[in-house]
Amino acid sequence: MTGDHVFCAGWVRDHWNDTLGPALVQHVELTAIAVGIGFALAFALGLAAHRLRPIEHPVGIAAALLYTIPSLALFQLLVPLTGLTWTTIEIALVGYTLVILFPNVVAGLRAASPDVLEAARGMGLTRRQVLWRVELPLAVPAIIGGLRIAVVSTISIGTIASFLGRYGLGYPIFAALKDPTPFKTEIYAAGALAVALALACDATLVLLRRVLVPWAGRGLA
Amino acid sequence: MILAGAFVDGLRFIGDNPGLLAHKALEQIELSAAALGIGLAVALPLGVALGHLHRGSGLAIGASIVGRALPSLVLIGVFLTVLGIGFVNNMVALAVLATGPILTNTFDGVDRVDRDAVEAARGMGMTGVQILRRVELPLALPLLFTGLRVAAVTVVATAPIAAIAGGGGLGDVIVNQASYRLSGVIGASLCVMVLSAGVFILLLALQAAVTPRGIRRTRVGIGPPRRKELP
Repeated sequence: MTGDHVFCAGWVRDHWNDTLGPALVQHVELTAIAVGIGFALAFALGLAAHRLRPIEHPVGIAAALLYTIPSLALFQLLVPLTGLTWTTIEIALVGYTLVILFPNVVAGLRAASPDVLEAARGMGLTRRQVLWRVELPLAVPAIIGGLRIAVVSTISIGTIASFLGRYGLGYPIFAALKDPTPFKTEIYAAGALAVALALACDATLVLLRRVLVPWAGRGLA
Repeated sequence: MILAGAFVDGLRFIGDNPGLLAHKALEQIELSAAALGIGLAVALPLGVALGHLHRGSGLAIGASIVGRALPSLVLIGVFLTVLGIGFVNNMVALAVLATGPILTNTFDGVDRVDRDAVEAARGMGMTGVQILRRVELPLALPLLFTGLRVAAVTVVATAPIAAIAGGGGLGDVIVNQASYRLSGVIGASLCVMVLSAGVFILLLALQAAVTPRGIRRTRVGIGPPRRKELP
């Protein structure tokens, strides 16, 4: 097994079960939890901000500030607080997800034009009915747009989380880089998996949007 | 609170090590500028050409989608295997990251210029190149600068990770908690944040200086923004 081969398919097959496979599963778990919690929070905050305008700016600014903190730094900053565990990584990832999703939820809820809202009220719908039957369906494209960016971002930042230890697809890459003659196949394989995962999630969400809101057309990006 | 204490520690580190941090910050700026330069050289002409011809929207948009899906760590790892450790592999990796936003926003900006304005120009007898230079580009400037800003901030904020592959910069401190302690990590991170903010503001100022006065006030000639731009 030399470092000179460009790609060692044999290595991938041999080490799928002990290195790449578990890393992939970990990465999926990491992402799913982060986006799940982040989405729930963003949705709750977004609904609140939709009702109470004053909330939007402070939350927005706090979110933007969080996003400027380099992920490497945020992970290390949290370690003294929550230890070298999944929780630390998840807190950071949820934070970043929230930053991306909150503005999208708010923008989405605002997507209903005043005419449509007036028509709904004219039809006798209550506030809650207007929310569920008019505003939320119209918000779906923006929310899914945000979800796409959030999921892909989380997968990407998740690779850096492996700086802290054996979490996710970044670990094989970090480990390989520590070597003076890095083993190329490990880097390529883990990298390809991360990219494939991100693209697959993106495509799935696009399909989801087409299923949920066929009237929105194919849209952009 | 612990976080406030950590913040103060970070500031103290900055106060104690101005020379080190300035040197590292300069390295990071060099790396980022080089990467951004390459990204611009590749994506700007391509975006302008495609936008002017109203072709290749799939490519322009796909560039951003794929660009987002490429983790910086993966890019750095891959280019390290091809180009070795040091400045070049990180520069190329970051350049790849920069290309997406620039290509997409440039294409968007030129593509979405008000067709009426272009037609009026053609009616006045302007050639394609003249239309591009005197009508489309000026009207596309806001979106062009948006792409540049997003790319620049992305590159500067992502550069720290290059430290694990010999890229230098403030990342050298951030990945080296063993030598510089947590206060160092925080101090260097604060510097990165200030750098990102500085680049953002600088580019905003540049945009204001370069945009022709007639376009500055109004939003004439550009459609409503349809894309969520990342900070």
